[in-house]
Amino acid sequence: MRSPEAGTFCMQPGSPAAGEAAVSVTDLTVAYRERPVLWDVDVAVPAGALMAVLGPNGAGKTTLIKAILGLVPIAAGDVRIEGKPYAEQRRLVGYVPQRGSVDWDFPTTVLDVVMMGRYGSLGWLRRPGRREREAALAALEKVAMADFRARQISQLSGGQQQRVFLARALVQDARVYFMDEPFQGVDARTERAIVALLKELRSQGRTVMVVHHDLQTVAEYFDCVTLLNVRRIACGPVAEVFNEENLRLTYGGRVEFLQRKASLEPPPADPGQPGWPRDARDTQGPSRGGLPRP
Amino acid sequence: MLALGIGALSALATDYTLRTVALGSAALGLVSGALGAFAVLRRQSLLGDAVSHAALPGIVLAFLLTGSKAPLVLVVGAALTGWLASLLVLLIVRASRIKLDSALGIVLSSFFGLGLVLLSLAQRHAGASQAGLDRFLFGQAAALVGADLVTMAGLGALVLAALLLFWKEFKLLSFDAAFAGSLGLPVRRLEVVLTSLLVLAIVIGLQTVGVVLMSAMIVAPATAARQWTDRLGRLVLLAGAFGALAGLVGALLSSLVPRLPTGPTIVLAITAIAVLSLLFAPQRGLVAARLRAARQRRRLQVDAVLADLYRLAAQHPEPAAAPHAAAVLRAMSERHGVLRSLGRLAETGLAREDADGRWRLTPAGVAAGRRLAETGAPGAEPGSGEP
Repeated sequence: MRSPEAGTFCMQPGSPAAGEAAVSVTDLTVAYRERPVLWDVDVAVPAGALMAVLGPNGAGKTTLIKAILGLVPIAAGDVRIEGKPYAEQRRLVGYVPQRGSVDWDFPTTVLDVVMMGRYGSLGWLRRPGRREREAALAALEKVAMADFRARQISQLSGGQQQRVFLARALVQDARVYFMDEPFQGVDARTERAIVALLKELRSQGRTVMVVHHDLQTVAEYFDCVTLLNVRRIACGPVAEVFNEENLRLTYGGRVEFLQRKASLEPPPADPGQPGWPRDARDTQGPSRGGLPRP
Repeated sequence: MLALGIGALSALATDYTLRTVALGSAALGLVSGALGAFAVLRRQSLLGDAVSHAALPGIVLAFLLTGSKAPLVLVVGAALTGWLASLLVLLIVRASRIKLDSALGIVLSSFFGLGLVLLSLAQRHAGASQAGLDRFLFGQAAALVGADLVTMAGLGALVLAALLLFWKEFKLLSFDAAFAGSLGLPVRRLEVVLTSLLVLAIVIGLQTVGVVLMSAMIVAPATAARQWTDRLGRLVLLAGAFGALAGLVGALLSSLVPRLPTGPTIVLAITAIAVLSLLFAPQRGLVAARLRAARQRRRLQVDAVLADLYRLAAQHPEPAAAPHAAAVLRAMSERHGVLRSLGRLAETGLAREDADGRWRLTPAGVAAGRRLAETGAPGAEPGSGEP
């Protein structure tokens, strides 16, 4: 048994829950047709941490999330959520899949998609009712999408689709969240709002594991990082493991380029107000849902 | 056509056989349309084709083994081989590098070939009583009897009840299977159940539509219905209604007109509904899309002419008092429809034509032209909220 030791990899000192791993992955191996996609991976996410999962394309980032959630068969290894197998802890977990993984022309509305987050707690043979509706509306309010509740989902921009998926995860009211590239294809303002939301989740003691791409924002957004390239290269607090050597091990020769980019000017000061975008470009569409905001 | 329709209606009221045919065909259309909606949304339309073709050997085998032509016996045979074929397709895709379309092709043609061989064997060896089996190729609604109807209605009710019972699970499975899995739904098992329901929906229709064309009853109603609605519930209802309507029309026509095969007639009816929907649906229809594009193009043309006219007028000290010939505008923009655009500007009060046929901007037109020149925003029709 290596789990107690695994749980100390990425502890954030001073975190109230330090010492307890929200997610611990031990010796995880996943293979597609004999080709290993993940090889002997150990990851521990301390409770209440924001963790980025980084790695080049094909490194197995999405597979890691899916393996933790039991969505792909694992060849070997052990996954625990708050100390117990995932199957027993489903109610504690929320999931934001990649935006591109679904057909956005599916005939359904924003509100309906968000209510799907409640299907797990609803159970078989029961239809979503007023309580589910209210929870979904509250979550939509939180990502400033309540005005879009009746809109067909194909009429949303990329950032809006991402916000709908986030709202669906919020109604799950989970303790541990897994998000697969939530910043993919969203505008700068939505990205800032998502980060604020992540930090709010952390302040409520929740744990979030995020597949991320942008090396330049890692230190700003996250507490911990897992560097992955089929094998786990490093896992720990950003300050300790997010360094050039580990990045080179993860990304190979390409890291020079990344480093050069990262050493350019710091990002410009926040040009807009905080919060979710509400500009005309973002809210225009064939059928305006709801009233315009003041 | 009208006389035929009236004839059909009066016959329907009086003729027991015809009523059986009509009810049976409507039921098959309803069930296959509703289940087809899920098949289409899950991009499994072609699976329906493989299943229906693969049902033929099951039908013939069921007859050869039992010697019975009772509808339930044949349907069970059809469902078994149809189901086997669908599992085989999924298995091939999962276990080998063969892609879905190839797997479907292999399974469809080999099962159908087997069915044809068995059919000719049965006809040669088992006497005359089995001759009716070949009606399963292209369907024969006129042969429907009360026992068929009971079987169809029973199975249909079962399928629809299951669909209602697991509605939210099937919806989530179709939209986002990964998320469904993360919630702990048994995704694989639900997929098998949904596919099995599709198999049942298909075998219900085989006697009437035939194995060759049954897949149209899975794909076409949903495709047509998708044009009219953006809600899953309405989509399924509408697909069922379209399927029922097509079944009804096709079966009645083929019962009234001698030697008209039922399957092709029903398929032509649902195809007509699908084509009309693709063309004329208000939001997603091709005609509506064309009209929207044309309106947009015209608006841009009007804006361009307004901009040109403003550019000309702005060179004069008193812009509103500077008329210009339409020919100049045409030379400036090399666009067609300059006169039509000018007419539109005149209608909206932005320009007017002098007695000598030259055009000038009104004061409002000058303002709109300036706005257009400064911001690039359309000046002619602000805020017309076309998508």
